[in-house]
Amino acid sequence: MQLFRPGANTIATLAIAAIGAAPVLAVGLSYEVMRSPYVTNQNITRNQPVPFSHEHHVSGLGLDCRYCHTSVEKARFAGMPPTETCMTCHSQIWTNAQMLAPVRESLARSKPMAWTRVHRLPDYVYFDHSVHVAKGVGCTTCHGDVGQMRLMRQAAPLTMQWCLDCHRNPAPYLRPREAVFDPKWRPPKDRAEIGAKLAAGYHIKTDHLTDCTICHR
Amino acid sequence: MTMRRLACLTMLLAALGGCGDHSMSQQNRYGTFSKAPLFRDGTEAQSLPKGTVAQGDLARARQITTPPAVDMALLSRGRERYDIYCSPCHGLSGHGDGMIVQRGFPAPPSYHSARLRAADARHIFDVITNGYGTMYSYAARIEPRDRWAIIAYIRALQQSQQTDMAAAPQLRSKLP
Repeated sequence: MQLFRPGANTIATLAIAAIGAAPVLAVGLSYEVMRSPYVTNQNITRNQPVPFSHEHHVSGLGLDCRYCHTSVEKARFAGMPPTETCMTCHSQIWTNAQMLAPVRESLARSKPMAWTRVHRLPDYVYFDHSVHVAKGVGCTTCHGDVGQMRLMRQAAPLTMQWCLDCHRNPAPYLRPREAVFDPKWRPPKDRAEIGAKLAAGYHIKTDHLTDCTICHR
Repeated sequence: MTMRRLACLTMLLAALGGCGDHSMSQQNRYGTFSKAPLFRDGTEAQSLPKGTVAQGDLARARQITTPPAVDMALLSRGRERYDIYCSPCHGLSGHGDGMIVQRGFPAPPSYHSARLRAADARHIFDVITNGYGTMYSYAARIEPRDRWAIIAYIRALQQSQQTDMAAAPQLRSKLP
């Protein structure tokens, strides 16, 4: 008596293979999802109350990052400029521009602009801008080519893996001190060689750079 | 029976307590510049109450009254700060022709005018601190010591435009 049809063998083999493959695929899928912009917010452009263009202010006018982000060299937080900083120029330039009405209103009512945050780290991560720029990590190393961004977006994935890539081997990501705030700086060809020298010059020791308490305190 | 039901309900509620986000990625505290409904103006960034004296205020006050000694380090610092905060309007060489002026901001006077060459350092310090004409105050952006550093660099800029090269031929050989 024929209990199974001839195709049953194939189905059984596929079923057994699926039992083996499903966990692997599931892990792979969740890994991909966790790295995807859907979770990391990488390259997602945010709407802002005023469409502030870094392209215009950085590349067009040549303003230094620190003109607005004044605390980047001395504090954890790079600093968002107060409305007064915007109005330093815009009290005289583009004074009637509709686009800038929220800025003028902010100054008139002493009410800070409510920008939409672009780079968000989890609360259990400790990050300090000042030590990174002091040790030769350039602004655009993490923030991407800000001078080409009309609206701000997060250029890097900001995942723990991404942080660790540099904390394990920072040398290839370092710049000379005078290039840290240069948005047009491009790495030289012998970067690895220069990087090792720079790391020594900045006294960067990697022995404890991946300790848990470096970033989770 | 009622006791058992109550016990079941308590356990169920305790189990429910385990739900929700336990990653601690959003902790119960305010981040820098975050929204803060506890305060009337809704922001975490609160200005200091009037009359607050911060630690180190005396030292800061001294920095305002006593200029630091001028050395190469101070000049380099001054150049860096000048290029960041002043050059957009005053121009890299101090002629008052910076990029923002080229885009329509009223031109500031050149540092190389007779009036500003004669102006004393305290005047420039006060202008950086309080603003002048259409220029806003830079007190919040440039610390007192850096204001003195900038002034030292402005003096160097003024010198650079007034040196008689013919009278000092040995200087020309040092120029790049």
